[in-house]
Amino acid sequence: MEIETILEKYTGSQRDNLIPILEEIQEERGFISEEAIVKVSRFLKLPASKIYGVATFYDFFHFERQPAYHIRVCNGINCHLAGSDNILRKLEEELKVKAGQLTRDGIFKYELTGCLGACNSAPVIKINDEFYSGITADDISQIIEECKMKIKEA
Amino acid sequence: MKPTDLFSKEWLIKRILLDTSESLSSEENEMLALLRHDIVEQPVIYIGTSSCGVVAGALKTLDAIKKYLEKHKIETRIVEVGCIGLCSAEPIVDIQLPGKPRLSFSNVMPSDVEILLGDLLHHTVPANNIIGQFRSKLHEPWSNVQFIDEHPFFKYQKRIVLINCGISDPINIEEYIAKGGYRSYLKAITSYTPEKVCQIVDKSGLRGRGGRGFYVGAKWKIAREHSSDQRYLICNCDESDPGAFMNRSVIESDPHLVIEGIAIAAYAIGATKAYIHIRKAYEKAIEQMTIALEQASKYGLTGNNILGSGVNMNIVLRSSAGAYISGEETALIRSIEGKRATPNHKPPFPTQIGLFEKPTVVNNVETLATLPAIFNMGPQWYAEHGTASSKGTKVFSISGRVKNIGLIEIPFGLSLKQVVFDIAGGTKDNKVFKALHLGGPSGFSLPENMLDTVIDFEELEKQGLSIGLGGMVVMDEDTCMVDVARFFIHFMKKESCGKCIPCREGSRRMSDIIDNITRNLSYETSFETLERFKGVMQLEEMAEIIKITSLCGLGKSAPNPILSTLKWFREEYEEHIFDRKCRAGVCQSLRKYYIDADKCTGCTACESKCPTNAIFGTPLNPYYIIEEKCIGCGICYDVCRFSAIFVK
Amino acid sequence: MFFDIEVNNKIIKARQGETILQALSRNGIKVPTLCYMEDFTPTGACRMCVVEVEGMNDLAPACSHPVEEWMKIKTHSPMVVKARKTNLELLLANHPDDCLYCVRNGNCELQKLAAELDVKERRFVGKRNKYKTDPSSPSIVHEPEKCILCGRCVRICEEVIGVSTLEFVRRGDSTSVSTANEKPLNLSNCITCGQCIMVCPASAFYEKTHLPELQESLHNPKLHTVLHYSPAISVTLAEEFGLKAGKDISGLLNAALRKIGFNRVFDTSFAADLNIMELADEFIKRLEADQNLPMFSSCCSSWVKFIEQYSPEMLHHLSACKSPQQMMGAIVKSYYAESENLKPEEIYSVSVMPCTAKKFEAQREEMTHKCITDVDAVLTTRELAKLIRLYGIDFHHNEPELPDMPMGTRSSAGKLYGASGGLTEALIRTLHYRITSKEITQFKITEARQVKGRKEFKFKIGQYELGFAIISGLVNVKDLLKDIKEGKTNLHFVEVMACPGGCINGGGQPIPADPTAVKARAKTLYEIDEKDSIKASHKNPMVLDLYQMFLKEPGSDKCKTLLHTKYTPRDVLL
Repeated sequence: MEIETILEKYTGSQRDNLIPILEEIQEERGFISEEAIVKVSRFLKLPASKIYGVATFYDFFHFERQPAYHIRVCNGINCHLAGSDNILRKLEEELKVKAGQLTRDGIFKYELTGCLGACNSAPVIKINDEFYSGITADDISQIIEECKMKIKEA
Repeated sequence: MKPTDLFSKEWLIKRILLDTSESLSSEENEMLALLRHDIVEQPVIYIGTSSCGVVAGALKTLDAIKKYLEKHKIETRIVEVGCIGLCSAEPIVDIQLPGKPRLSFSNVMPSDVEILLGDLLHHTVPANNIIGQFRSKLHEPWSNVQFIDEHPFFKYQKRIVLINCGISDPINIEEYIAKGGYRSYLKAITSYTPEKVCQIVDKSGLRGRGGRGFYVGAKWKIAREHSSDQRYLICNCDESDPGAFMNRSVIESDPHLVIEGIAIAAYAIGATKAYIHIRKAYEKAIEQMTIALEQASKYGLTGNNILGSGVNMNIVLRSSAGAYISGEETALIRSIEGKRATPNHKPPFPTQIGLFEKPTVVNNVETLATLPAIFNMGPQWYAEHGTASSKGTKVFSISGRVKNIGLIEIPFGLSLKQVVFDIAGGTKDNKVFKALHLGGPSGFSLPENMLDTVIDFEELEKQGLSIGLGGMVVMDEDTCMVDVARFFIHFMKKESCGKCIPCREGSRRMSDIIDNITRNLSYETSFETLERFKGVMQLEEMAEIIKITSLCGLGKSAPNPILSTLKWFREEYEEHIFDRKCRAGVCQSLRKYYIDADKCTGCTACESKCPTNAIFGTPLNPYYIIEEKCIGCGICYDVCRFSAIFVK
Repeated sequence: MFFDIEVNNKIIKARQGETILQALSRNGIKVPTLCYMEDFTPTGACRMCVVEVEGMNDLAPACSHPVEEWMKIKTHSPMVVKARKTNLELLLANHPDDCLYCVRNGNCELQKLAAELDVKERRFVGKRNKYKTDPSSPSIVHEPEKCILCGRCVRICEEVIGVSTLEFVRRGDSTSVSTANEKPLNLSNCITCGQCIMVCPASAFYEKTHLPELQESLHNPKLHTVLHYSPAISVTLAEEFGLKAGKDISGLLNAALRKIGFNRVFDTSFAADLNIMELADEFIKRLEADQNLPMFSSCCSSWVKFIEQYSPEMLHHLSACKSPQQMMGAIVKSYYAESENLKPEEIYSVSVMPCTAKKFEAQREEMTHKCITDVDAVLTTRELAKLIRLYGIDFHHNEPELPDMPMGTRSSAGKLYGASGGLTEALIRTLHYRITSKEITQFKITEARQVKGRKEFKFKIGQYELGFAIISGLVNVKDLLKDIKEGKTNLHFVEVMACPGGCINGGGQPIPADPTAVKARAKTLYEIDEKDSIKASHKNPMVLDLYQMFLKEPGSDKCKTLLHTKYTPRDVLL
């Protein structure tokens, strides 16, 4: 959906709809582009810097195209105790990028995320919308391989 | 026959919600019993599909169940329920056969489905995986099956907020109404004035569950007394404490209860608009709440002129785009206003100048979810539970290295020990208990001798503790307490809003210091030890200043994990600093690796990979690691194909 | 309503509804502040102003906590001092240790506070945030590493200037102050007014200096250096040298500048007179044709950039006249060059302005013709003071001197340009003469003085009943523009000054901008006007000479090529 179409739905709305608007744009477009910031700023008659300031405050928003596989490692205390650090280390080793960076082929990105609240299955990672529970560092290679296979098939 | 086919929405509204004076006909009663699942006409399979269940694989189990039923052409109803609380038993599947009480089974994996359903549908109870049977007045109990309320996890609980969680269909408003739902709300708006509602809540002694324990009635009164043309109610479900998930679970498993609570509170303070602020990461909760809100609106329970009472109440669902600080009430308000969620100084309190500059009450999900019961059963009934100063019950999430992980609701007055050892079943795998972390990133790590403390606002305050949101994490001997402190201070560093100096800069410096303690430099000198020692001295000093000068509650409590670990687990710090040892083997760079000479084949794999050339030997003979040179990176451990390398 | 509270064991009077800080400062008790700004809602971010209040568990921020009757306050108890010091040390732990090499060395609030609180060592060591310095803007350098995140720039940019170029971005320990999409300043909507520099307690913002180039040029024998200084300079520079705020030191300044080695020292007020002549002419033509009214002043280059960005559809309202700085530059490189037998490229023309936007203006492409820029270097008041110090000139033992002729003569109307409303006042004086052919009887036009925010008034000149509006502080122009677009106003002339109070409070003035000093500066300007004999621009003999000998008449073709300019819409991130 075009950004304009999304904005149309919010006709007449004020600043308090800023976050819902940004959320919807991200859901539709995958990320918040510079263009989106400008358009929202014109739409809400707010300075672009304010829009950008709000968007960067919250973890949910990102400002670059998202990879095919976005790996979120739960940063809850239970996952930490259950060894999420090892998973991060393994991911770094496997994907050869640091947390938050895109891999060279643009397929993967991994980062820590706030507690997912699924402490019974720690450690938990979430790849796009799918949960992987109770995994160990050793499972990572296999999971990554599976993802790569799926990309190849598609 | 489906229950809703015969009796419509209009019937439920008219006979159950509005006109409760005339007694119901037996047919109507039977209908209600069907709606409540007190009786079923065909086998009903309940499966917990809230987040904890889904993560544990409930959807796969559900698929397997559907396939089984299709294959065997068995007519049943499948009801997706929320979470009953015993998360470590997920996926939980309940089965209710006509004329029999409902049975509950734990950890039902797809492979278990065949046996479970096969047995049950032939009226034999499989011995494995059973949690227990529900009590039923109408049916003969299963023999040789314990009642679920006798299960140690449930035995000590008093479920008021969690009453329907994991039992009824969260997004079935008919079932909720049949179980007595929304009657409290209608009673409140039709029979009581807003002042009276406040008085009732005051009488119940209900205190806020968001951490501070402020008296709810008193808070409402302040907002009421502040004259204004508009007031707002905000339901705070921006729960982001690592290891706390009760708000998520309540919304996923019983959204109507929360809506009813919001409606009562909004009426009491004179708000015609309420916001529910749910953390964006809680996708399932948002989904369930959206559906529930639609249902409530369809039933005319929200909107304008609610069921002809003249009361207006609109609920807006907002998701918080992910910032821990937006759980703080002034920050939460700014988040709803579409601003950066940085807290403001109080006073003025939100109850005076809040959302859009209007008086605003911010209540936690759990607080609001308690309200229907107070009006249903009366404030005296509620006040009978708990202790003198802390009335009622509190929901805790208990997780970590315990046998039973999950959500519990207990009356105030139990000791921490009872929770950890009786309800949660103590530590797993015969490990030695080390600490209980109470209250998330602003909470405290308590040693075993502190566990006799009674759960009660005043009692805890006397010890300098607080409940926080109610997250409990149990740690055993495999946990490094310095690492725990490090985890929480890094969390705070990332989640500080960045506005005030003590929190922003302090958390950054504190994490530097702790990192330094857990780090092993290759060029260690005695100077480094001194630096680390100085660091710990500074930690205490910094923590004190951060506590008294930070702008908001987050900052003020940010040093708690460090202070409490320093207080009760000081020897672990000392080991890290002076002996360069982590007794739990958690701090990676303090780990020391050794080669088992019996297993080593001398393949040279580790030698060639060691970044500091700490491994020596002759090919085809056992190698050895020079301790001083080892930086504990663990590469040798990873490359060894003969498991010859071990950590000590 | 007043009541008693106890502070440091003494009873003081506090007023109902005020903050602790207000009560303390009214009673002469000082507590340090960093993020606090007078007349702004306090944010309570820096925690420097914390005080101990008996009965409260935590320290209370004096700036935002309301004073209450029961309070017993300690402003400097050991606990309070320790808290302030620790917080400051925490702040300094993320601040570069390069005071010696810093533009604000010696005039830095952070440095001062560290000295007051007796910070003697870097107690907390650890990783510091690394940021790149942004030198992209022609006027302002942004050095985020120096930023202490007090938020003063963010607030002034939003609440006084109204452009919100600056905003906090990200969160936690990676918070910084930046622009939309973190673009460099030159690509942002920054209007280069420099108010962020004025409020910055450290040196996260400072002007882009032209001093090195100027010093080269001063010693280049092939160049003839000409300097002119803006009307507001002579009444502010005194403060930089420890003299009383508002003291007029034009005589001493002329002497100092000659000692430094400038070949000629002129007064921009001369160009202000010239500007009035052109402005009045343009205005009358518009008035007679009833076209493009109200006419907007174009002296303030921040305002010009603002309208180019925000309301390009209203650019035709803007006066076509260059600002005094650029008029002076153009005259120096044409008329003056001819009369001195110099080629324009042999002249190095320097202006001293109370403003950073003038640096931007000087490099606008419209201000360069055939590779000759009107003005080659623009100094702020602060840079001028630095230059004077560098040359070791003892201000106090100089004999006052007069500026050079011909562009050293000015009317007091030209001098009034320094304050908000001054331009309008000067314009009315000349308009009166041009329209009625008679001098105005009362030169002092009180309606145009003491402008706060937005002021509108009617003034009758001849057969015309003219509507004037004066904007002081750019944020106030937004509503005015809206009103004009909606046809709600009946205005003929609008004067806009981006900085509140006008050039005497410009972004190039001495730091800190003390409100009482700004008042004193305005007072001096009006006193000069009171005393001077030539009170109107059209009576400046040298301006008249210039017209007679070179420009012909106001609005002539020569004037149009030299003294007028045009504007283009700007597409930036708003």
